[in-house]
Amino acid sequence: MSDTVVHSGHAAPTSLAERPEHSSDSPLSIHAMTVAYQRKPVLWDVDYDAPANALVAVVGPNGAGKSTLIKAALGLVPRASGLVEFWGEPYKRVRDRVAYVPQRESVDWTFPVSALDVVCMGRYRRVGWLRPVGRAHKKVALECLDRVGLADLAHRQISQLSGGQQQRVFLARALAQEGDLYVMDEPFAGVDAATERAIVALLRELREAGKTAIVVHHDLQTVPEYFDHALLLNMRVVAAGPVNEVFTRENLHKTYGGKLTLLSEAAEAVARSGLKVR
Amino acid sequence: MALARPEALLIGDVLEVLTFQGGYNTNAVLVGSAMLGLAAGVVGVFALLRKRSLVADAIGHATLPGIVIAFLIAVMLGASGRSLPVLLLGAAVSAAMAVLGIFGILKYTRLREDAAIGIVLGVFFGVGVVLLSYVQRPENVTASPAGLHHFIYGQTAAMRAGDAMLMAGIALSAVVVTAVMFKELALASFNDDYARVAGFPVSLLDGLMLGLVVLVTVAGLQAVGLILVIALLIIPPVAARLWTDRLLPLMLISGGLGALSGYIGAATSALLPRAPAGSVIVLCGGGVFVLSLLIAPKHGVVAMAGRRAVQRLRIAGEHLLEAAYEHDVSRKGDTTIPARTIRAMERLWGWPIWLGPMVIAGLRRRGHLQRTSDGYELTTTGAARGARIARNHQLWEQYLQTYADVAPGHVDWSADTVEHVLSPELVAELEAALKAKGALP
Repeated sequence: MSDTVVHSGHAAPTSLAERPEHSSDSPLSIHAMTVAYQRKPVLWDVDYDAPANALVAVVGPNGAGKSTLIKAALGLVPRASGLVEFWGEPYKRVRDRVAYVPQRESVDWTFPVSALDVVCMGRYRRVGWLRPVGRAHKKVALECLDRVGLADLAHRQISQLSGGQQQRVFLARALAQEGDLYVMDEPFAGVDAATERAIVALLRELREAGKTAIVVHHDLQTVPEYFDHALLLNMRVVAAGPVNEVFTRENLHKTYGGKLTLLSEAAEAVARSGLKVR
Repeated sequence: MALARPEALLIGDVLEVLTFQGGYNTNAVLVGSAMLGLAAGVVGVFALLRKRSLVADAIGHATLPGIVIAFLIAVMLGASGRSLPVLLLGAAVSAAMAVLGIFGILKYTRLREDAAIGIVLGVFFGVGVVLLSYVQRPENVTASPAGLHHFIYGQTAAMRAGDAMLMAGIALSAVVVTAVMFKELALASFNDDYARVAGFPVSLLDGLMLGLVVLVTVAGLQAVGLILVIALLIIPPVAARLWTDRLLPLMLISGGLGALSGYIGAATSALLPRAPAGSVIVLCGGGVFVLSLLIAPKHGVVAMAGRRAVQRLRIAGEHLLEAAYEHDVSRKGDTTIPARTIRAMERLWGWPIWLGPMVIAGLRRRGHLQRTSDGYELTTTGAARGARIARNHQLWEQYLQTYADVAPGHVDWSADTVEHVLSPELVAELEAALKAKGALP
């Protein structure tokens, strides 16, 4: 492995915010992050700073590592190397400001809980350990359900909701956390038109309120309409910045069509060799 | 427990045991078994929801080597080797090692969970059986290992009040921990990634949940035995799931059903001392499950069949109103339906002989139809309902042809179904969509 492909030996004792290329205003700073599954690299050497108070789309083809990027940033997937900070601090210290919306398919919707129960989970950190969810917290959860238009269905079991309604329940749960950064994994996947409109309205509300949303998105056509910033990803960062700057034919070609086979071939070779990825 | 007699059981005996008149020892075993069932029902809910029920099976089987090794160590140290707490401690230790073994295999190999469970279950149980046959040969061990094999199938007949209280104590501690950690266990079971991001220690909670399973298993070793304790962890939650869609009621019902199975099962086996108690208790659980499957109001078979029958009757009635409307009301303004017309429709639709009278009775009850001298007559509401269904049919056919490019000959069948389920909102949407294309019929 040559150093031009995989960074090795990053000595980074200090906060990323002190490096000239990163800033502590950024809700999410990723520095030289490489991620591998079963030793097969899926993200190479990602550097990225999310702008504050913006709606950011993470786009790229299937297998580009979009979900992996946010999962690795949040610590759900181990990082082979690299540093991640939120507002210049390690994740552990700012958990309460980050709300995560996982993919809808990642849970079992026959689970015996109501929509309101799920939204209440967004309050669990505030409720604290071993204590039941109090009336005040339930009230906040209901308000969040109302914001996504589901107040009437609060007591319905979650399997009796449509796919779009289930997605909105997840969004309401994130709202209930009252965070500053919303990290969403494919919230628009397979939802009906009403839900899509509701999510877009919600994203705009969040921006009005000074928050940031980083959204894995699969529909290129709607990116300019829904988002301010874009991160084009295909195993590495192809381009990142304001949508009107980075959403060029050339960048999209690089992301989706271009000659990127060398990267995946190298990844296969690394996986076969059994070497540890750093 | 010396209640059993060679002659047939008498109702009086059953009542005597069930009403706690079977003596101190019997009562203690009854209460202990009920507590065990309660704990298994409550803990089993989370094992099931976290999809870890089969890990519980491995835990059960993996207690055997621990029991035998604890016995051997106790004998070597000069103790009797029959001390229940020592044996149960051994069981818990080897069960915990089995859990670590399963997760070790998952972490360091590419085997899937089912394979890892199978390997650990088989190896631990195999070692246990080999060790058991070793200690059972008198030339190997001087102390008598009599009774160790009862841990395999369970045996309440030999239980003393103290044993039963130990069982109840361990079981109740598992219930208390589950109740206290309810919220956190629920979160980790429903959405582990989300729980991790929110800062909840999911691995620790998983470990705790499996620790509770180990506790229940160890508590149940004497009464139910290590092979069948898994059934006590699975059956009550699955049966309870048929009764409710909410987590807290699920836990309460599951615990209740488990306690009931334990109580009735232990009472029955007090009267049938030769049948292994574990199997009797588990069979009681099985009975509770079958009963739930039949009569549970939410997801029970009877309730579902009933709902389907009501639905079928409603649809058949709506077809009749629709046909009557289309043929006579809309064309001739004639709202009467002669009995022979109804017979003709029944033949056309291939209705079984009993359906027609039931459909008509239903329509009359709802005021859609009233009797006349030579047949029936549509009421105003009946005619309106028929018109609505006919309109729905037409809208859906037109929609399929306009938007889905379905050939006109192929739209009738789906319209026959869809016409009955369109809500006013959907009808409005359909009309708007068709109007936009200028195709509103």
